[in-house]
Amino acid sequence: MSILKVENLSINFGGVTALAEVSFTMEQGQIYSLIGPNGAGKTTVFNCITRIYKPTKGTIEFGGYNVLKMAPHRIAELGIARTFQNIELFSNMTVMENLLLARHRLKKSNFLTEMMYLPSVKRQEVLWRKIVEEIIDFLDLHPYREANVMNLPYGIRKLVELGRALALEPKLLLLDEPSSGMNPEEKEDLGITIKDIQRYLRISVLMVEHDMNLVMQISDRVCALNYGRVLIEGLPEEIQRNNEVIQAYLGEENGSIA
Amino acid sequence: MIIQEVLGGLTLGSIYALVALGFVLIYKTTEVINFAQGEFMTLGAFISFSLITSIKLNILLAIPITLILTFIFGILLDRLLLRKLVGEEAFALVMVTIGISIGMRSLIGMIWTYDTLSFPQIFSKNPIRMLGIITTPLQIGIIATTIAAVALLYIFFKYTRVGIAMQATAQNQLGSYLMGVNVERIFGLVWGISCMAAAIAGILLAPIIFLNHNMGFIGIKAFPAAIIGGFGSIPGAVVGGLILGVSESMAGIYLPTGFKDVFASLILLIVLMIRPGGIFGIQEKKRV
Amino acid sequence: MRRNYEDDVALFKWKSTFLFYSFLFLILITLPLFSNSYIIYILNLIGIYTIVSLGLQILTGYTGLISLGHVAFFAIGAYSSAYLTSTLKLSFWVSLPISGMITCVIGFIVGIPALRMRGLYLAIATMAFSFIIEQIILQWEGVTNGVRGITLTRPTLGLISFRSDYVYYYLILSIALLLTMGIRNLLRSPMGRALIAIRDSEIAAQVMGIHLGRYKIIAFGMSAFYTGIAGCLFGHFMKYIGPENFTLLDSIGFIVMILIGGLGTLQGAVLGSVFVTFLPEFIRLIKDFFPSIIKEQSGIQPLVYALILIFFIIYEPHGIYGRWLKLKFYFEMFPYYKKDTFRRERKFYKSERSR
Repeated sequence: MSILKVENLSINFGGVTALAEVSFTMEQGQIYSLIGPNGAGKTTVFNCITRIYKPTKGTIEFGGYNVLKMAPHRIAELGIARTFQNIELFSNMTVMENLLLARHRLKKSNFLTEMMYLPSVKRQEVLWRKIVEEIIDFLDLHPYREANVMNLPYGIRKLVELGRALALEPKLLLLDEPSSGMNPEEKEDLGITIKDIQRYLRISVLMVEHDMNLVMQISDRVCALNYGRVLIEGLPEEIQRNNEVIQAYLGEENGSIA
Repeated sequence: MIIQEVLGGLTLGSIYALVALGFVLIYKTTEVINFAQGEFMTLGAFISFSLITSIKLNILLAIPITLILTFIFGILLDRLLLRKLVGEEAFALVMVTIGISIGMRSLIGMIWTYDTLSFPQIFSKNPIRMLGIITTPLQIGIIATTIAAVALLYIFFKYTRVGIAMQATAQNQLGSYLMGVNVERIFGLVWGISCMAAAIAGILLAPIIFLNHNMGFIGIKAFPAAIIGGFGSIPGAVVGGLILGVSESMAGIYLPTGFKDVFASLILLIVLMIRPGGIFGIQEKKRV
Repeated sequence: MRRNYEDDVALFKWKSTFLFYSFLFLILITLPLFSNSYIIYILNLIGIYTIVSLGLQILTGYTGLISLGHVAFFAIGAYSSAYLTSTLKLSFWVSLPISGMITCVIGFIVGIPALRMRGLYLAIATMAFSFIIEQIILQWEGVTNGVRGITLTRPTLGLISFRSDYVYYYLILSIALLLTMGIRNLLRSPMGRALIAIRDSEIAAQVMGIHLGRYKIIAFGMSAFYTGIAGCLFGHFMKYIGPENFTLLDSIGFIVMILIGGLGTLQGAVLGSVFVTFLPEFIRLIKDFFPSIIKEQSGIQPLVYALILIFFIIYEPHGIYGRWLKLKFYFEMFPYYKKDTFRRERKFYKSERSR
């Protein structure tokens, strides 16, 4: 059952074509990677899915819903969560508060009951804390639980963003360059974590990545973009060997991307 | 008749344009919204008042000296206060300029006086007939001076090295810095020039509404003028100022009492609601 | 010590905080016994302005929407109550909530176009809004009596008369405490977090499912409600209101309160209002120590005000409460305190500065 279907997605920014007829389909439970050189349009695809940009043409279907008809804040309701290339955490809140925030769409209280802090509100808070604690467990964020996000090192903040996306209980997780800024050990851990997310949390993952090792290790399928167009889409091994993709990354020289 | 009112509106509008011009200049280059622009106006007016009446300087000498003094004041203000806040949040900068505006108002009141004074006439107010319309040399003088000032500034920006450097800084601070532009000095210059422009506006305005330490309140009208024109555009500010002046005049005649005073605010709200970036402005969005 | 999640969400996480605030509460309750008429007058004003600060803190401190025209809501609350009690002869106890609601609704209405405005444009727009309200006050003589102003009376509750400032103080105190609890609860609930999220990163907030428009409008409405209530209390306290009570300078004063106290904190709202209310009196008291040239100036107050404002922004951006927290942190971390722990993050790229 395809969970995400992107068809003929196109968008222009004042004369620059960022995406042209991008199409790909993702099945439930997959780890799907979008690769391509800088400026290929990968993050733009994400921004279209999460309704930060309005595409000029094309459709995006998620679990049967037409995403392009929804307001930006409804995307979370659908079950799509994302992380950002440049980390968009809530800098003045603690790690815990950032994660709790992600559960917002599941809240049963309104601002009146909250102001009175009725027992139901308190129960909800306690319940959410229990759930969020599991995610903190999963990502080993214990030492940073009450720390203000602003003061944390880059790698930890990336993890917190991942945790926040997970706290939303998504069906589809969009990860934008999750391994950037990490050393090889951390990248390995990340790979295992993403695989765990797929296997144990049953979440489908759409990933924009530059690290080919990571992509080849964990992806089920890969889609390569360049200049806003899809070069080729298929199994990781096929993409790795494809000449056009190699050229896009390395120019005219020959070489393998490994 | 109508022409009279339009002329009156253009006169006031020219003054708005001068203030708005300096205001937008500062905003474009340093991204600071300068709430003290009106007070720069007051300062210029008071300085020239003292030069003319107390030191008994000739008007033709007093005005250039005033301009030089206010220019220096602008540079000092930048160097002493605003330099410390480079790169800070916009809100902080706005509050500092608000503080400067309150402070300046008090200081001007303390140094000179809290009373309202009468400013010496530079242009006479006697009506004359020109091209079939009745106007006063004062009105012509104001409009002409504004045109001259705007023209001078235009030439300055387009054809001098410093002017071009200013434009570059306005568009990309970091880039200009890397290109060898002394960005800090440009900031100082920008403040100095805006202060001067406001001073001219003050000298022109003082004969009309009389000298008072609170007269900078008109400076608040610079906002609607700048916003009508779009915050990022200097010609827009001038056009905005003129439009504002004329519409205020019209509002005074055709709309019930009270509308004239809030007309600027109403226009501002309407423009912001329809085109949040101003008519000529651009909306900036954060890139993720 | 926290042992379970219940402790985590409790109002006072540490026993010491609980004791501190209980002690504070006791002081607040017994203060009138030690005050002369002058001090109780000031205390009443502080209470009223604290409620305003709380309201402004909701909008500007927590949600990040800058309002330079908040005096408009203050005026609407005051004049609504004045009209309801003096002209329509309603009871104060009815007009208090109604004035709050009227102001709240106007806050909602103002919030709607405000959604389209970004950052400082919004600030200017709120300023323009308050100018318009100022003018309406002057022109709508039927309701506001124009320049002549309206007189109001102190309420009574059964046998208790609030005519005395000492009794009125308790009214203000209870309302302030109630409203503070409300915000405090909100801040440890989803909506409070949502507001702060909107302030820190609108885009991320949206992606997390927060309806920006709805929450911004609610923030406006709540902020207006609080400020309107304060305005109503103000009117009945002063027993007279006129257009001169509601000027741009007052709006700026409100912002200065939350800035000096500490943006985005409840303690900051209180500290700020105490500081700003005391300031004129403080200046009066120390005036005698200055050489006569300075002493005689009547305009010294705004100047001191401006200097303090500028000083705080440059050197104490987190306000008084921020300085207190930094001090606490210093002692907690001693001797491992790093001098640049609280260095402000400077953003030199234009793209980083837009939110």
